[in-house]
Amino acid sequence: MDLHFGDGKPTDEERAAVDALLGPPRSSWEGAARDDMRAADLRWARGGREARERRDLLLPGLHALNDRIGWISEGALGYLCRRLTVPPAQAYGVATFYAMFSVKPRPATVLHVCTDLACTAAGASELCAGIEARLGVGSGVSVERGPCLGLCERAPAALAVRAGDPVRTAVSAPATVEGAVLAASAPDSAPVEPPAAMAVPQAGDPSLTLLRRVGVVDPSSLDDYRAHGGYTALRRAFELGPAGVIREVTDSGLLGRGGAAFPTGRKWQATASQPDHPHYLVCNADESEPGTFKDRVIMEGDPFALVEAMTIAAYATGAHQGYLYLRGEYPRALRRLEHAVAQARARGLLGEDVLGQGYAFDIEIRRGAGAYICGEETALFNSIEGYRGEPRSKPPFPVEKGLFGKPTVENNVETLVNVLPILTTGAQAYAAIGTGRSTGPKLFCVSGSVDRPGVYELPFGATLGELLVLAGVRDRLRAVLLGGAAGGFVRPDELDIPLTFEGTREAGTTLGSGVVMAFDDTVPLPRLLLRIAEFFRDESCGQCVPCRVGTVRQEEALHRIVERTGAAAAGDIALLREVGRAMRDASICGLGQTAWNAVESAIDRLGAYE
Amino acid sequence: MTAVPLGVPRRMVEFTVDGEEARVPEGATILDACRASGKDVPTLCQGDTLTPKNACRACVVEVEGSRTLVPACSRRAEPGMEVRTDTERARHSRKIVLELLASSVDLSTTPKAADWIKEYGAKPDRFGPDAARVDESPKIDNDLYVRAYDKCILCYKCVDACGEQWQNTFAISVSGRGFDARIAVEHDAPLTDSACVYCGNCVEVCPTGALSFKSEFDMRAAGTWNEAAQTRTTTVCAYCGVGCNLTLHVQDNEIVKVTSPHDNPVTHGNLCIKGRFGYQHVQNRG
Ligand SMILES: Cc1cc2nc3c(=O)[nH]c(=O)nc-3n(C[C@H](O)[C@H](O)[C@H](O)COP(=O)(O)O)c2cc1C
Ligand code: SF4
Ligand code: SF4
Ligand code: SF4
Ligand code: FES
Ligand code: FES
Repeated sequence: MDLHFGDGKPTDEERAAVDALLGPPRSSWEGAARDDMRAADLRWARGGREARERRDLLLPGLHALNDRIGWISEGALGYLCRRLTVPPAQAYGVATFYAMFSVKPRPATVLHVCTDLACTAAGASELCAGIEARLGVGSGVSVERGPCLGLCERAPAALAVRAGDPVRTAVSAPATVEGAVLAASAPDSAPVEPPAAMAVPQAGDPSLTLLRRVGVVDPSSLDDYRAHGGYTALRRAFELGPAGVIREVTDSGLLGRGGAAFPTGRKWQATASQPDHPHYLVCNADESEPGTFKDRVIMEGDPFALVEAMTIAAYATGAHQGYLYLRGEYPRALRRLEHAVAQARARGLLGEDVLGQGYAFDIEIRRGAGAYICGEETALFNSIEGYRGEPRSKPPFPVEKGLFGKPTVENNVETLVNVLPILTTGAQAYAAIGTGRSTGPKLFCVSGSVDRPGVYELPFGATLGELLVLAGVRDRLRAVLLGGAAGGFVRPDELDIPLTFEGTREAGTTLGSGVVMAFDDTVPLPRLLLRIAEFFRDESCGQCVPCRVGTVRQEEALHRIVERTGAAAAGDIALLREVGRAMRDASICGLGQTAWNAVESAIDRLGAYE
Repeated sequence: MTAVPLGVPRRMVEFTVDGEEARVPEGATILDACRASGKDVPTLCQGDTLTPKNACRACVVEVEGSRTLVPACSRRAEPGMEVRTDTERARHSRKIVLELLASSVDLSTTPKAADWIKEYGAKPDRFGPDAARVDESPKIDNDLYVRAYDKCILCYKCVDACGEQWQNTFAISVSGRGFDARIAVEHDAPLTDSACVYCGNCVEVCPTGALSFKSEFDMRAAGTWNEAAQTRTTTVCAYCGVGCNLTLHVQDNEIVKVTSPHDNPVTHGNLCIKGRFGYQHVQNRG
């Protein structure tokens, strides 16, 4: 490699931020100051291959800088590159990929204000205007409008991040101008967030399975988790052995909850049987689908459950290292999980000898940095590895060549947590819940025009109407978005759609990740569609032409017809269809393939521009 | 039809393309099979010396059983596969891809683009005069080559050629994302502040003319570039013992640029700065 690090020098603080992650440099080859150069440094070069093998520390390194300084300067990036032997052009490509990083100077405090669907419906535009009026230039706060923060049950939402050592965060939701300004100007004295259980309107209901501990258990206490049935599933797993666990999961009929509904048992079996080693386990906690917040609620309210479930999945598939990829906008979930992992490790539930069974497993938490595309399974691998979060072409599939090119099983948080009741109650009892092809309980994220937004747990098969009644749907319902931005709209007269994978498919729509957003007739539909188009245009990784340019052309067409209907909109609607068809057919990944679903459904099912 | 493999014998894969039996050596792509049988599948990001990134999606075909179209340039042929290259569905996607590209960047120096646009009936103008374009002015920051990213289709070829596939210099990468993604050196600095070693291998592989010799760029600007009037002579570089093949492009008795034969088994079209750009001494007639 022709490495060239430029002339930029890191400040002491930038250097300290990187060194806090990587330890001090061992030689001037790795960027130690000239006067620290030792005679031995002149004889051989350190760094090189050894440092290059830790390329996956690039993203944590960028976070370290961004957390401490608020942005990533040339000198800082150069120093990080020197430490990791990463070409600066590549690191720059990575840093500029993520929305939460900046390579230009900006104030230490960034206030992320959600302007996505639920928040827009709850008045995000006025909120933003109010905040911007109060926090003008010179306030030391940079206000950034952005996509869903995963706090939709408390829309509108804002998240303040103040760089420093340590970095401080505060959430304001439901946000008021005063609340958001306070969060940004004094994150330490902002009111504490309500507990996770507040997002679970059914909390305490004895019929709950997945959510049964949320609000009941102390999320910081391993003992409390054990007192509430924690770690019985892992013990059962050790009794059954890896093949036995996979058999149970297969027999349970569990389908992945991350959106694609792939049979989990099959995925595990395929990974477990790969001759290539090591195997990796990845938990997809990126959850950046607008309208989705179920994984957050589990991670905040019952973090040990995820740690236990990951341990079981790893044991079954022969992995000794697990990565939990958590979206960067979830500071509280990060704190709770870091604590849970440390506790589990301290008590022998992670580490060299899990539960004294001679099985080694540990979990590393990796933070995303604001990129919806990193939820796509192969983009997530690239992101962890320190590359741009661009999806890879498949085949080869992750079970064969995944993280670091090794067999990898990747599952969603909710999917993994389902494994606990499968093992404690048995596959038969689990499969008896729900319908024949959609087994078990399902989490739904209900937001928008309802009185009790939140995460609901219902057995598969309940109808959309039943769920909406539970959530207190308001009058004059105009439309329901099912499955999130990549899902589709349905009409108020279609509320008898059964909430199952097959039922929604038969109705020509999708369950996706379990999003249910209700909109009453005060919400201007064309604006909503424009926001969806804008989301995909913003979040496209840019790799393939149908998605990179197609999302732009679609947004332009929707802009043109935002106030038009009928014949005046017909030409642009035809254009949208043609471009949408090619995006669905020819895009590399699911983002481009589904980007036009919601808008198409609004045109076809809701008659959006008639 | 059969694509005949040279070198170590490999197992043959049998499948069908547009209903005809096809046999290709294991590891060959659908595109290899199409080309062997004389079918014209448009390709932009595929290059003969690189593993394609399959990013342009101009080469998509239908494969029986696949939910989406598949890129012929990258998908390996599998036994029993049923491939259809010229269906309405595949043609539709190709047409849209051409329209999307031609409406956002300047394809005037992309070989064959105009032919394909015609063949597929693509109408890039239909997105209207306000359609967003990659508006970039040419980056002229050194005397050897020019980066005109308003012609860039983000095929990743230059990145791969500069990086792990050939040069191992990693001077350029993709920065930003979505429509704002650009090929760039770190901090969007001038090339002269980057790790670039001016081998020009990125220029060699660029399919659109986004990267071009300064000499070619200047002559095009002056209206004196005339490919038809050029002769090409392949010779051996005289600088060092590697002995790379050079192709001298000569117009009006002046070398106007230097390329290198891609089928050379040693260099595959790659050169170093001396071979690629160090030709001035030949024409110092002082
Ligand atoms: C653009 C895109 C974004 C995605 N985002 C997520 C996500 O945030 N969380 C998630 O679990 N799966 C997400 N997925 C689905 C994953 O790629 C993958 O299918 C899933 O994590 C597999 O886990 P499962 O089998 O447990 O569902 C996304 C897919 C695409 C195409
Ligand atoms: S479909 Fe979009 S997000 Fe997916 S690879 Fe293509 S450009 Fe990237
Ligand atoms: S500059 Fe040329 S080679 Fe590089 S990505 Fe753009 S079109 Fe491809
Ligand atoms: S191009 Fe460079 S490496 Fe090749 S023969 Fe000439 S001087 Fe040597
Ligand atoms: S937090 Fe704003 S839409 Fe989800
Ligand atoms: S040539 Fe195949 S995708 Fe570009």
